[in-house]
Amino acid sequence: MSNLMSGARMLLECLSREGVDVMFGYPGGVTLPFYDCLYDHPIRHVLVRHEENAAFAAEGYARTTGKVGVCCATSGPGATNLTTGLVDAMMDSIPIVAITGQVSSKLIGSDAFQEADTFGITRSCTKHNYLVKRLEDLPQIVHEAFYVASSGRPGPVLIDIPKDVFQAQGHYQPISAIHLPGYKVFTEGHTGQIRRAVQLIRKAERPLVYSGGGIVAAGAAAELREFVELTGAPVVTTLMGLGSLPSNHPCFVSMPGMHGSYAANMAMSNADLLIALGVRFDDRVTGRLAAFAPHAKVIHVDIDPAEIGKNRAPDVPIVGDVKHVLERINKVLAEKQVGQALSPAKPEADFHLTSARRSWWDQIRQWKQEHPLQPVFSDSEIKPQHLMAEIDRLSGGEAIVASDVGQHQMWAAQLLRFNEPRLWLNSGGLGSMGFGLPAALGAQFARPDKLVFAIVGDGGFQMSIPELATIASYGLPIKIVVMNNGYLGMVRQWQELFYNNRLSAVTLDCFPDVEKLAAAYGFKGKTVDKPWQLAAALEEAVREPGPYLLNVRVSPLECVYPMVPAGGAINEMVLGPPEPVADAVK
Amino acid sequence: MRVTGLLSQRGYNIESLTVARTLDPGISRMTISVEVDSALRQQVIKQMNKLINVLQANDLTDSPSVFRELLLLRIHTSQESRTAVLKEAEIFGGRVVDSFTEGFAIEVTGDPEKLNEFVDIMGSYGEIEVTRSGILAIGLEPKKLRLQPPVPTKELVTETRS
Repeated sequence: MSNLMSGARMLLECLSREGVDVMFGYPGGVTLPFYDCLYDHPIRHVLVRHEENAAFAAEGYARTTGKVGVCCATSGPGATNLTTGLVDAMMDSIPIVAITGQVSSKLIGSDAFQEADTFGITRSCTKHNYLVKRLEDLPQIVHEAFYVASSGRPGPVLIDIPKDVFQAQGHYQPISAIHLPGYKVFTEGHTGQIRRAVQLIRKAERPLVYSGGGIVAAGAAAELREFVELTGAPVVTTLMGLGSLPSNHPCFVSMPGMHGSYAANMAMSNADLLIALGVRFDDRVTGRLAAFAPHAKVIHVDIDPAEIGKNRAPDVPIVGDVKHVLERINKVLAEKQVGQALSPAKPEADFHLTSARRSWWDQIRQWKQEHPLQPVFSDSEIKPQHLMAEIDRLSGGEAIVASDVGQHQMWAAQLLRFNEPRLWLNSGGLGSMGFGLPAALGAQFARPDKLVFAIVGDGGFQMSIPELATIASYGLPIKIVVMNNGYLGMVRQWQELFYNNRLSAVTLDCFPDVEKLAAAYGFKGKTVDKPWQLAAALEEAVREPGPYLLNVRVSPLECVYPMVPAGGAINEMVLGPPEPVADAVK
Repeated sequence: MRVTGLLSQRGYNIESLTVARTLDPGISRMTISVEVDSALRQQVIKQMNKLINVLQANDLTDSPSVFRELLLLRIHTSQESRTAVLKEAEIFGGRVVDSFTEGFAIEVTGDPEKLNEFVDIMGSYGEIEVTRSGILAIGLEPKKLRLQPPVPTKELVTETRS
């Protein structure tokens, strides 16, 4: 076997070596040499209909599998279209590698056709990025990119490759080691801090686990479960952490934050110990930071040292891989369980603690009962919560649900159950509309066996309509459910609540007839608007072997509650719409 | 660019930045002066350390260290003031690098405050133009550069075809 090959070929060799089986992309002028090599290469290339969706699909693949997702775009507009997806992956710590073509080396800087400074533009959109200047650097760079994307705190890495590097011929030397002397991956966690954490956990009367996307990224769901079962501590999971503890687990409370449950937010506000695992104290979780968890000592475990103390100074900082750290904490805890022989010398102290923990749980159950997150039903119109309850019934916590951004995302997060991690895919940090459909597409490629729902609003759906073609072309059996309220619902909600209901630029009239729209792409679609039609329509969608587009007209003016107004403390929730004013009817 | 980009992205104001090669030509050393609240200093260092091609970032604010800056100043002054200007330059340890009928070009090094004083004084003798290098700093205690060892790449996952 001669190892003399083109740069394009060499790139494919490296991708194969990294175990890439599918990539999402869109070709163009400068990536022609690469696409020529792809023509008869076993790596499957999925032709999306817009580069932004290539990045979202790669994210969908990565979020579903934990493996690095790969996307590809041409120079200039192709690369700039990728950037939203890159930032999205950056904010949610999702490992993707983006490959972009660049104009030939000698043309760089000359304002050549389809030239953009991709390297400069994507510096702040990526965990790291590269411009390949010489073919001999390519294998090193590609393997580094995969290593950086997937290790430590995962994130997006971009490789910009000029056309002449794709075309140049060179000898492929497989790389045996990655040499990044300035890139430190923290795994172990400090032994002394772990010991201090265990002490705090043992002494806490009102402990609360605050679990996030880091548990999912670290594959630490089993360790979290063990920890929770050892301590009996209640757990709130963030938007990014849904599924990190199964929703039906007795210790699961729900999601905290701006649209979190009453119980979760009250628990946050009253806990005396917050065990923060793979979270970043995001403003949507904490509300007004100064009033957040005011009584709690904080143990913060995160793999990224820059997250520790960024928003909330912890009492016990632990920089490390949350999986390793929990393993070690569990090991110590298992030796002497809380509530059992806590302190043989002082049985009365132990008794006190056990009863304190019991009343903490009683309190949380009471909060849950006072203001539960539960679906709302109506006889005349479909409530959005009703829609989520029906999807949940069909999913049973097992389906992959890719959500878009907005009200439907919050209702889905509140009401859908997830039995395991990597089933709930959503744009958490960046909140990119148009994410849901392409993410579902990437997820279905990763898990052809799984039932995949794309829950989208009528706004976000119209941002990703081009991907209906991709879904049709590959026959992906995705169940697209449009929660259609005729508005940009979340913005409308804010205008209603905070801008005197002056509805400015939020009305989405002229929504396409989905039956005809789906038929135009060759699959089935339907609109329902009556509550009694909903269950059967969703069942029909799931039964359909191919894609299905279900447009559900829901009550247009429903708002998401509870809601913590921006800048408020999270225990100052608005729990429901204001009561109708009595003297309005005179 | 990564460093300056990071600082501006996070909203930190760069006061000065100097960069040059070290003894190892593959490695550059930067001295950056950033105006931030004391509480944020750690965060700046942590964010710097996250950059893949930053080998190490250290905070010299509180550790024993020497700060120096180089200043070049050109002054246009009257015949009568020439001696006084030279005298002042001498007080500040300055060196005349060029002398011409209307004035001098003077080079001074020192800590930034001392240079500010020098500029103020020179300004009182005539029209000046100033260029400054930005702060250079060195810690007085040896700090070992801790580098990460190479990581073996994954084994072949998929069979490559010939």
